[in-house]
Amino acid sequence: MGSGSSPCASCKLLRRRCAKDCIFAPYFPPDDPHKFAIVHKVFGASNVSKMLQELPVHQRGDAVSSLVYEANARMRDPVYGCVGAISYLQNQVSQLQMQLAVAQAEILCIQMQPEPELPAIHPSMMDCDTKSLVLSGGNTGSFGDPMPQFLSYTSSNNNVIQDPLKREPLWT
Amino acid sequence: MHRFHKLDKMTSTRCAVCKYFRRRCPPDCIFAPYFPNDNPQRFTCVHRFYGASNIGKMLEEMPVQLRADAVESLYYEAKCRIQDPVYGCVGIITSLHRQIQIAQSQLAKAQAEISFLDANFVGVEPTSSLSESLVQQNGVEHDLDDPFSTWFY
Repeated sequence: MGSGSSPCASCKLLRRRCAKDCIFAPYFPPDDPHKFAIVHKVFGASNVSKMLQELPVHQRGDAVSSLVYEANARMRDPVYGCVGAISYLQNQVSQLQMQLAVAQAEILCIQMQPEPELPAIHPSMMDCDTKSLVLSGGNTGSFGDPMPQFLSYTSSNNNVIQDPLKREPLWT
Repeated sequence: MHRFHKLDKMTSTRCAVCKYFRRRCPPDCIFAPYFPNDNPQRFTCVHRFYGASNIGKMLEEMPVQLRADAVESLYYEAKCRIQDPVYGCVGIITSLHRQIQIAQSQLAKAQAEISFLDANFVGVEPTSSLSESLVQQNGVEHDLDDPFSTWFY
């Protein structure tokens, strides 16, 4: 048995003797029969067993958690399962990236706006040289340049699927 | 000769599932439309995690017009699980949630900067920013009419 004399949830459901080294026992305690039932319904006990056997012991807990998550998603949405959630989240990311690009473009636009004109200087306050310079529309730097046109933004990178090996679990 | 000819005909029209199990493929085989015999890898990939009987039960329980999508999503999840045996496609979900958090934080900062610039730009009336209008317009609407458009790879 996995713990004490009570068979684990999987051996209970499968109606078999729960061995001391039962692969399921650490992850499917008898007090949560639903957890194994749902995984068994979607993946099947033998497939889950094979998957766990192929993993090092310290990764099996996380693997079981992800399988339970996927199984629950599949029960909620039998057609799309987790893929429905992925599609929705990818859409959200794209929208946010677009909104961010718009905001950043807006910041650039604001920063490139010309400064307001200084108050006019009375001609009597100027010497001749300065007066002739102002009247001839002298150099005011780059403020006379036209405003940059706002270009419509399209996401350059819709591929948000990253290397799966670099991710952390959802539940930590 | 006739017997061999009949056998050839049967084996050549079997779907990938029936070919895998070396059984006769009936005309109403539930797997045949989704696991053609020219792509055996597709079924072996899905079968590795779900099992043929589970897949059959799932397909039986849903309307015919949804079965193709269901098989595609199972195939996608199976491929994710092969790439990442520990987290499978749940790892992708985690990553997307993180990306959303980062993007939301960056957007909030950008909008704060816009508000600051608007308020401090001499001679310019503060107006509601284009980005804020876009957020109010679009919100977090999502489109699931075409779930294949972004997750096929």
